[in-house]
Amino acid sequence: MNAPVRTSDHPDEAGSAGAGRPAPDRKLQRRAARRRELFDPELLGIALRRSVLMLDPRTMARNPVMFTVEVGAALTTLVTFQALLGGPGDLAYFAPLTLLLWFTVGFANFAEALAEARGQAQAETLRATREETVARRVTDGREEEVSSELLRAGDVVRVAEGETIPADGEVVEGIASVDESAITGESAPVIREAGGDRSGVTGGTRVLSDEITVRVTAGAGESFLDRMIALVEGASRQKTPNEIALTLVLAGFTLAFLIVTGALPFMASYFHATIDVPTLVALLVCLIPTTIGALLPAIGIAGMDRALSANVLAKSGKAVELAGDVDTLLLDKTGTITLGNRQARRMVAAPGVDEAELARAAALASAADSTPEGRSILELAVELLGGERPRPPAGAEPVAFSAETRVSGVDLPGGGRIRKGAPDAIRRLAKDGGQPVPGEVEEAVTEVAQGGGTPLLVARDARILGVVALEDTLKPGIRDRFARLKGMGLRIVMVTGDNPLTARAIADEAGVDDFLAEATPEQKLAYIRSEQGKGRLVAMMGDGTNDAPALAQADLGVAMNAGTQAAKEASNMVDLDSDPTKLIEVVEIGKQLLMTRGALTTFSFANDVAKYFAIVPAMFYLALPQLQALNVMHLTSPRSAILSAVVFNAIIIPLLIPIALRGVRYRPVGAGALLRRNLLLYGFGGVVVPFVGIKLLDLGLTALGLS
Amino acid sequence: MATRFITPAIWLVAVLVLAWPLGKYMAGLMDESTAGRARPRGGLESALRRALGPAWDTDQDWKAYVVSMLAFNAVMFGVAFLVLLLQRWLPLDPDGKGALEPSLIFNTVASFTSNTNLQHYAGEQAMSYFSQLFALMWLQFVSAATGIAALAGLSRALGGRTKIGNFYRDVSRATFFLLLPLALVLGVILAVLGIPMTLHGAAVAHTLEGAVQTIARGPVAAFVAIKQLGTNGGGFFGPNSTHPFENPTYWTNVIENGAILLVPMACVWMFGRLAGRLRDAVVILAVMGILLVGGITAANRLEARETPALTTLPVRKAPENLEGKELRFGAGAGPTWAVSTTATSNGSVDAMHDSLNPLTGLVPMVGMWLNVIFGGVGVGMINMFLFIVVAVFIAGMMVGRTPEYLTRKVEAREMKLALLALLIHPLFILGGTALFAATSWGTHTVLNAASHGFSEILYEFSSATANNGSGFEGLGDHTIPWNVSTGLVMLLARFIPIIAPLAIGGSLAAKKPTPETSGTFRTDGWLFGAVLLGTVLIVGALLFMPVAVLGPIAEHLSLGGAR
Repeated sequence: MNAPVRTSDHPDEAGSAGAGRPAPDRKLQRRAARRRELFDPELLGIALRRSVLMLDPRTMARNPVMFTVEVGAALTTLVTFQALLGGPGDLAYFAPLTLLLWFTVGFANFAEALAEARGQAQAETLRATREETVARRVTDGREEEVSSELLRAGDVVRVAEGETIPADGEVVEGIASVDESAITGESAPVIREAGGDRSGVTGGTRVLSDEITVRVTAGAGESFLDRMIALVEGASRQKTPNEIALTLVLAGFTLAFLIVTGALPFMASYFHATIDVPTLVALLVCLIPTTIGALLPAIGIAGMDRALSANVLAKSGKAVELAGDVDTLLLDKTGTITLGNRQARRMVAAPGVDEAELARAAALASAADSTPEGRSILELAVELLGGERPRPPAGAEPVAFSAETRVSGVDLPGGGRIRKGAPDAIRRLAKDGGQPVPGEVEEAVTEVAQGGGTPLLVARDARILGVVALEDTLKPGIRDRFARLKGMGLRIVMVTGDNPLTARAIADEAGVDDFLAEATPEQKLAYIRSEQGKGRLVAMMGDGTNDAPALAQADLGVAMNAGTQAAKEASNMVDLDSDPTKLIEVVEIGKQLLMTRGALTTFSFANDVAKYFAIVPAMFYLALPQLQALNVMHLTSPRSAILSAVVFNAIIIPLLIPIALRGVRYRPVGAGALLRRNLLLYGFGGVVVPFVGIKLLDLGLTALGLS
Repeated sequence: MATRFITPAIWLVAVLVLAWPLGKYMAGLMDESTAGRARPRGGLESALRRALGPAWDTDQDWKAYVVSMLAFNAVMFGVAFLVLLLQRWLPLDPDGKGALEPSLIFNTVASFTSNTNLQHYAGEQAMSYFSQLFALMWLQFVSAATGIAALAGLSRALGGRTKIGNFYRDVSRATFFLLLPLALVLGVILAVLGIPMTLHGAAVAHTLEGAVQTIARGPVAAFVAIKQLGTNGGGFFGPNSTHPFENPTYWTNVIENGAILLVPMACVWMFGRLAGRLRDAVVILAVMGILLVGGITAANRLEARETPALTTLPVRKAPENLEGKELRFGAGAGPTWAVSTTATSNGSVDAMHDSLNPLTGLVPMVGMWLNVIFGGVGVGMINMFLFIVVAVFIAGMMVGRTPEYLTRKVEAREMKLALLALLIHPLFILGGTALFAATSWGTHTVLNAASHGFSEILYEFSSATANNGSGFEGLGDHTIPWNVSTGLVMLLARFIPIIAPLAIGGSLAAKKPTPETSGTFRTDGWLFGAVLLGTVLIVGALLFMPVAVLGPIAEHLSLGGAR
């Protein structure tokens, strides 16, 4: 997911602009509105200040590549001062070189600081919701008012209509509608009630009606959000396993280049040449992978930041990284694959019954039915009747659905009871009235059920008029999306409470690899274990307490924010939007994170070839003048060659900050296609770009008379 | 011009054809699967098994395997050291060779134990037949077998096994069922083609002028056979395969040159079969093949012009550089052999590398710097594995997953070990060269000034570190600093890059395999071949470009090569 960077900072504007669009689009807009511009002036200021503070060697030591540059810069500074005090060396060359080296370190710090500042700004907008509020804490039946800052996990608070929920917690008593727009941006209120799977409440959200009693699950500073904020901040950020491995590789190559450059002065002495310290440092700094070394922390933070801007709170950076490795996605059918409500899709009239008659009866039976199913029957009937909307005559009495009769309908004033309901209930009705059930109707019922739908029968008095088929509707575009995910090698498993027959039909239609029908929490757990037994990494999303074991077992568990505390505790991530499709987005964020690291590492190493051609001939200009033949870029002078290489090496860092922060472009295609594209762009491009860049810089330096 | 490529092309194809069945045979020999174990291997194996007892039968994890390998090599080192030390009192010394200087003994034994065969002595002057046969030739067998065993162990680990076999079993099988029969066949062929095979002392001849000439000889055919097959390269005589008794004719030259490449090539197939990844092996073989053909082509073209020193002299233009060549082998034999012997870590020579045109001289150095163009028996493939790990790690991230190789995740521990093994190479080559170029240890031993002298030092350390053993020559290398430093370098540069990959293999095998999907980074297609080739070339270039420039390239340019 590459959230577009907006130029506006006004959330209102974004909200109104997106009002007419379908929901996912609106959501993107909302997120984009919360995102800052890449180079927001305020954040730039913060990052600049921090990048100076980060020059502290104790901070730098975390990053071996940039630490090496800093040591080199310090050495060069010493030599420059020596030259200033009359020591050997050319001050006009040493001084700019020293400056450039410090700039290289500064740019690296700046990249990291900017990523941090952006992450913090992102988190702050979320944190802004949880300003200190007054909480009504209940202790031994007595109520007292305390600051929300003083709440501890386990405290019980009461929240009434119009009050703000003071901390993350779980509803233990009551039911209320809650406005969670501060967190999710969704303006429609949601219901939160004790017991069941919708008991989780988030600090900073507001109760709109009724009163609930909440047990605090995370005291001040311990909530998911607090943890997430800490993760994007320097202090508690821990390197992820891949980041550690890459840091090691970069350190290894830094060591290799230390050997290469360290050996040179000794070899030079064989040729009776001397190489001054600043030139040696320049070569070293150009060779060691400074580009990726400088941007590596920023890439990691930006990954967390992207998760955050997708409204996902990760418990660790590792979880985000792990998402890219996921092999199997366990997706809930309802809400993820299908729209969730069954819709009337077609009607089959019984023999001897006019289709219009059936439609009219079905419409009348549903006239008072406000459920989505009922409304969809009405709409279908109107469509079938060519726009005619049958209205029940005055005096008609609606018969509501009851669990006992399992039918609903209408009693017409002139006699005539129209009913719709489950096949067995209507069948009984017909039997009681002494009417047969036509074979065609039975066939239609079986056919609808096998196709994954729910058959309803419509009857007038005891006479069966026909069948209405309620069918699950796939979300638009979900098939294509799955096809792409499968192209990336992901296995998609649909989880549903439906019977296997229904499940299979939807699974086939959606194009998933496997499905789990009539799924119980135990079955989900067993399925995850068996997938893991085959070496696969499993991701799932859940909300209920029942889901907690499966969420914990899954390699990547994402809990819905609306879900129970148990589910959240068992997961590695919490989705504030409680959006079941979020899992797919999370996987993409993880993959993009790794790809960005790989691409910039490749670019960094590929760059070195050109730098060699610039620096080595310049280094031995005096002792081995014949080496000028290797000056393939025809750089003006040894000094301008070295300076150009160092300038290129330094400015490529800020130039690549946008890629580091936004991530390289991700496309859901197979590994081979991704690799080809990235190799061409960052590998081949990485060899060519510096030749051009260094030549241009050399021309510029020459024009400025600095050669 | 084209004709000079016909001979190498023909024998290269012949070797390629022979390597396939040989690789299959080697994999069968080393097959430790249930079916493979059940296969009867004859009376010799039963005898070995009885002799070794439990040491033969236990299955070892990578640590035990490494310990056994080191123990075995330590014993071999000790025995060979004693033999050379006591050579005066041992039999088979018809010409009464004298005692050897201790640092030379250390260097020589380190050299042969490490499959390097760097020789700071001339065999016909310094070594008795007993020393040649039972210290040096024996080491030529078991050091090569050690490499094959290590590769077999690594292949099994990459195939997913934590018990990677038994070192003693592997080394015995490689010695007695592979190298011995192969050397026997080759030795007989070479003897038939005119290479001496005798235990008689030097022949004494009276020349036409009436002078008395002592002509050194000995069990040369046997020695040369394993020297070529086991990527050893240590000659019976000082001049190695330029000597008419080691390499008398055009045909012996072609056969010996082919023998250099045969087993290293077959090792790639063995790896593919034992790891169950034949398609991966095709890609690796292709990458190595491209580098080899590229090297041979480059060297032949660069050598097909007279030496730059002659260009300004009023002499007739020569069609090629004939200095230091044995003309009985034909014009292209020198550069072709030079590339083959350094691509693999063989190190035998049939021409004077010191006399190659400067840029031609760079090609063998590149072979040793990369050390993966088929490389040493067994170890060449192991070295390539290190580059594969680096390529997989860097490029693998670009598909958006934690890097994996053969279904196992490559993480911090593996990378630490891979880099350790890879860093050894530039450390010893560049560090050693720097030390000797800056001190009298080196500057007083080179016979040429400026860049050429620098190349002589550089070549020596490259050769020692790559366990190659060839000499650029033009270097007075039998000094205590040279003997001790290159001796140490050879041992460390031999065993660290074997141990670390085995540790990586053990670590990977202990991980849970992940199933391969269309999202997996595949290592068995042309795309990975390109990535691997790029990784080898870029890493090689980044590490060694400065020294290449200071040595051969500067010399080439100073001789007016740039025009």
